[in-house]
Formats: sequence, C-alpha cells, structure tokens
Amino acid sequence: MTTLHLINKTPSESSALRDSLSAISDGDALLLIENGVYAAMPAYAERFTRLPRTIQCYLLNNDALARGLNDLNPDFGAIDYDGFVELSCRYNKVVSWF
Amino acid sequence: MTADNNEQQYLQVNEQTIPVDPEGYLRHLDDWNEAVAEQLAAQEAIQLTEAHWEILRVLRQFYQQFEMSPAMRPLIKAVANELGSDKGKSIYLMSLFPGSPAKLASKIAGLPKPTNCL
Amino acid sequence: MSDTKKSFLIINRKAPYGSSAARDALDVALTISVFEQPLSLLYMDDAVWQLLPDHQAGAIGQKNLSANLAMLEMYDIDQLYVCRQALNQRGIRPSDIKLNITLLDSQGIAALIKQQDQVLSF
Repeated sequence: MTTLHLINKTPSESSALRDSLSAISDGDALLLIENGVYAAMPAYAERFTRLPRTIQCYLLNNDALARGLNDLNPDFGAIDYDGFVELSCRYNKVVSWF
Repeated sequence: MTADNNEQQYLQVNEQTIPVDPEGYLRHLDDWNEAVAEQLAAQEAIQLTEAHWEILRVLRQFYQQFEMSPAMRPLIKAVANELGSDKGKSIYLMSLFPGSPAKLASKIAGLPKPTNCL
Repeated sequence: MSDTKKSFLIINRKAPYGSSAARDALDVALTISVFEQPLSLLYMDDAVWQLLPDHQAGAIGQKNLSANLAMLEMYDIDQLYVCRQALNQRGIRPSDIKLNITLLDSQGIAALIKQQDQVLSF
C-alpha cells in the first residue's frame, strides 16, 4: 500500500513537515501544496537529504508561481493540477498533513 | 439594499450586452472600451473630454500596475506623477468627476469600486 | 502624542495566500491610512514570504499581493519593518525584496512595539 503525503503548511507554521517526514515509507510520495511549497526553498533542503531514494518528491507549481518562488530544490518535481489528480490516483491513499 | 440586488444587471452598448454589478461597476475588466466608457459617463451625466480621458488612462495604468483601484489620496498622487501637480489636486478631480472622484472615475474606467474609500 | 492622532502598528506573521491574514492586514492598513493616522507595518515569522516580488497569483485564482504591496507607498505607507532573523532563517536576502524596508533585530522590534499607541496582529 503506497501513500501520497500532502503538506500544506510552511515548515514553521505547524509540525506537518516534520511529522510527515517521520511517518513516510519506502515507495511513498510527498507533495507540497499551498503554503507547503515554501519547504522546497533552498533553506530547507537539508531536511530532505535523509529521505530514501524510493520516495518521490513533488510540488504544485501553481502554488510556487503564485508566491513568486524561484530556484527551488531540484529534487522536487513540479506538477500542475492535472498532475495532482494523476498522483492522487496513482497512490493507494492520500494522507493530508496540516 | 433592494430586492433587485440578486438580479443580474446589464449595460447595453451598441451590440454589446455587458454585465455590471448593482452599483453599475463592470463585472469584467475586459469588457471595457471607449464606447463603454462614454456610456458609463453618460449615465453619470458626464460628457467625456480629453481632460477626463487622461485621468481615466492614469487610473487604468494604476490598476494594471497595482491590481487595485486607488482611493482618493493615491489617485491624486498618481495623477500628480503622470500629469503634473496642477492636475494632481482634489479640486481639479472634483471638477471633472463631481462628488467622489475616485469612485466615479474608477467606474467610468471600468475598474472595480475602490475599497477603503470614504 | 496629539488628541486626534494615534500611532498604529500592524504586525504580520503569516505567509500569503494560505490564509486571508495577509489580505486582511492590507485592508486594515489601507483603511488606517485613509484616516491619516501614523502607520507602521512589521513583517516577522512567515510573513516575510509576503515580501518576495513577482507573485503570479493568477495561477491559483487569487489577487496578486506583491502588486498590492508595491502600491503602499502611493498611500504614503512607507514605514515597513522586517525581522532580520526571519529573513535569515528562510534564506531570503534583503536584496531579494524590492520594497523599501528597514531591518530590525529583536531589540528593535521590542522598541518599535513599545512606541505605538495601538498594535494589531495578523
């Protein structure tokens, strides 16, 4: 059973990022949406370096564009709303962290 | 508040049927053109002259840059910056758009009603 | 301190778009300025994200906050204070910000708050 983990808060406004990173398993995926996209700024790159290679990381590009974010962590794949739907279907379930 | 508030209202300009809000502001920015402005002005008993048009252009430019309609003070400042301090005065704007220049000129310029405007 | 003027400080602490906090603060700031009261804005914690330029908020169907913040000087709102530590923690350089800002450390923030008649927090 694979899980898509959704994070919609900044690294400092809740423990969502920290909690999700400690609960994630091999083969899962992480998707940053809404305020969650700030976690893909270079200042937070270190938090993701220990994730197993089997975990795919994504961010919702619409939310990054809206917030004027550039030079994002290259380990995150940028997806649009269609990609969001596609990911939601590809994984067995979705867990929202907020 | 009247019972009409929930009904869609329209402005008829030549062949165009243009949705407006209950206060007569355009619902869609892109519906604006010079003929629409003439008609919006006529409804307010204003005959547009070049003096009006240059203010409307300043307003449209303000909206394009800042994505909000200005209240009176920033409107005066924008007009002073673009057209000189003789025109950047509330008395001058009142003479062109009597009553509440920021609201009236925004309406004729096809912009939303300025918020935070007394 | 005159009888008719009160000094106001608006403290911003939230990132833009994720909630209405940033927009609410802006609305209040514009309203205070219409009453011609002395006004300062302070950005700390996640609110420093508001200050990044060139938002394309149309991508999520919202209004562009960075365009609106650029408008503040047209309302003579020019006292913008920013928590230096909040920028550092997030890897934002002061030069990334296109607005005219004053950086403050925590002592400076305490002093700023102390000198106000009214403080509103968003």
